[in-house]
Amino acid sequence: MWIYEKKLQYPVRVSTCNPTLAKYLIEQYGGADGELSAALRYLNQRYSIPDKVIGLLTDIGTEEFAHLEMIATMIYKLTKDATPEMMKAAGLGDHYSNHDNALFYHNAAGVPWTASYIQAKGDPIADLYEDIAAEEKARATYQWIINLSDDPDLNDGLRFLREREIVHSQRFREAVEILKDEQGKKKFF
Amino acid sequence: MFTHYKSYCPVVSPFDPCKPIPEKVYSTPPNLYIGFQPPNLPQFTPLEALKAGTLWKPFYDPYFNPFEKAKGGLPR
Amino acid sequence: MKQIPAEYYEMLEQLQAVDFVLVELQLYLDTHPDDLEAIKQFNHYAKERKSLKKAFESQFGPLQQFGNSYSGHPWNWNDPPWPWQV
Ligand SMILES: [Fe+2]
Repeated sequence: MWIYEKKLQYPVRVSTCNPTLAKYLIEQYGGADGELSAALRYLNQRYSIPDKVIGLLTDIGTEEFAHLEMIATMIYKLTKDATPEMMKAAGLGDHYSNHDNALFYHNAAGVPWTASYIQAKGDPIADLYEDIAAEEKARATYQWIINLSDDPDLNDGLRFLREREIVHSQRFREAVEILKDEQGKKKFF
Repeated sequence: MFTHYKSYCPVVSPFDPCKPIPEKVYSTPPNLYIGFQPPNLPQFTPLEALKAGTLWKPFYDPYFNPFEKAKGGLPR
Repeated sequence: MKQIPAEYYEMLEQLQAVDFVLVELQLYLDTHPDDLEAIKQFNHYAKERKSLKKAFESQFGPLQQFGNSYSGHPWNWNDPPWPWQV
């Protein structure tokens, strides 16, 4: 089971009310390479992978939910007291007409989240390479959002999240090494 | 000098309508180079680690957009 | 309007820092289960987080529930602020 903790992983700050940035950021909420996809991808792959890497998939999958909550917090803060006029000016008029200021699992272009964003091939190497690719794509997405953002506080939190993708990719690469390792051979060179 | 960013120069055609960007930069983060992490890599303090997004200094690779001055950042 | 005291942010950040070290060591140990130094460091910070959690909860209420924290009277899990509100 999972236990919720009433705190964020990282102290998220946002400096201005800016629904336009929220529109871009929702890519990492309900987009193909976003945090929801990441969490569900890793946790679902656990059931068909060697025991040696189940712990890693469980823990990274769990951390991704903490990142999902950070993204939600950023979007919440960027749009909290935004008026319908401000939402409209930010290109969120169509979002507003369906959801008011509610968050929803769709990408920056408004396409709803779908399970086809995530893969489970049942082949451990194929699945881990998928995970490595997913981490690199998430890292790149953070770069593009940072490029679009002029909010220094928001970028601080986005930099943290991008760095986490680097570490996750590292661990998945190590998981591949563990699975391809011959019995009893040392891993340190 | 080694960096975690590489670049290339795309072809510029005289018929390109947008103002050419002569050099395109892309990220090649530390996880591409370290291999299986060796023990006892140098660490940040807990508060520095939180700010950096990693406990280990060799993995720290902050990304700044072209408009942000790459001021600050933690010592590697 | 509800005000959140400055100590809330200070104590929270201390806990976030220690918990972050634990997350990093946890992922590292998942792929390096024999690294005794890292395990010692993990256990050291696991102990430190216990006392930070206790100090934070005594001022600002439970961080976890389902019995992972004690409750005051009345039931104080529902009390704001929630993480995204601060
Ligand atoms: Fe990740």
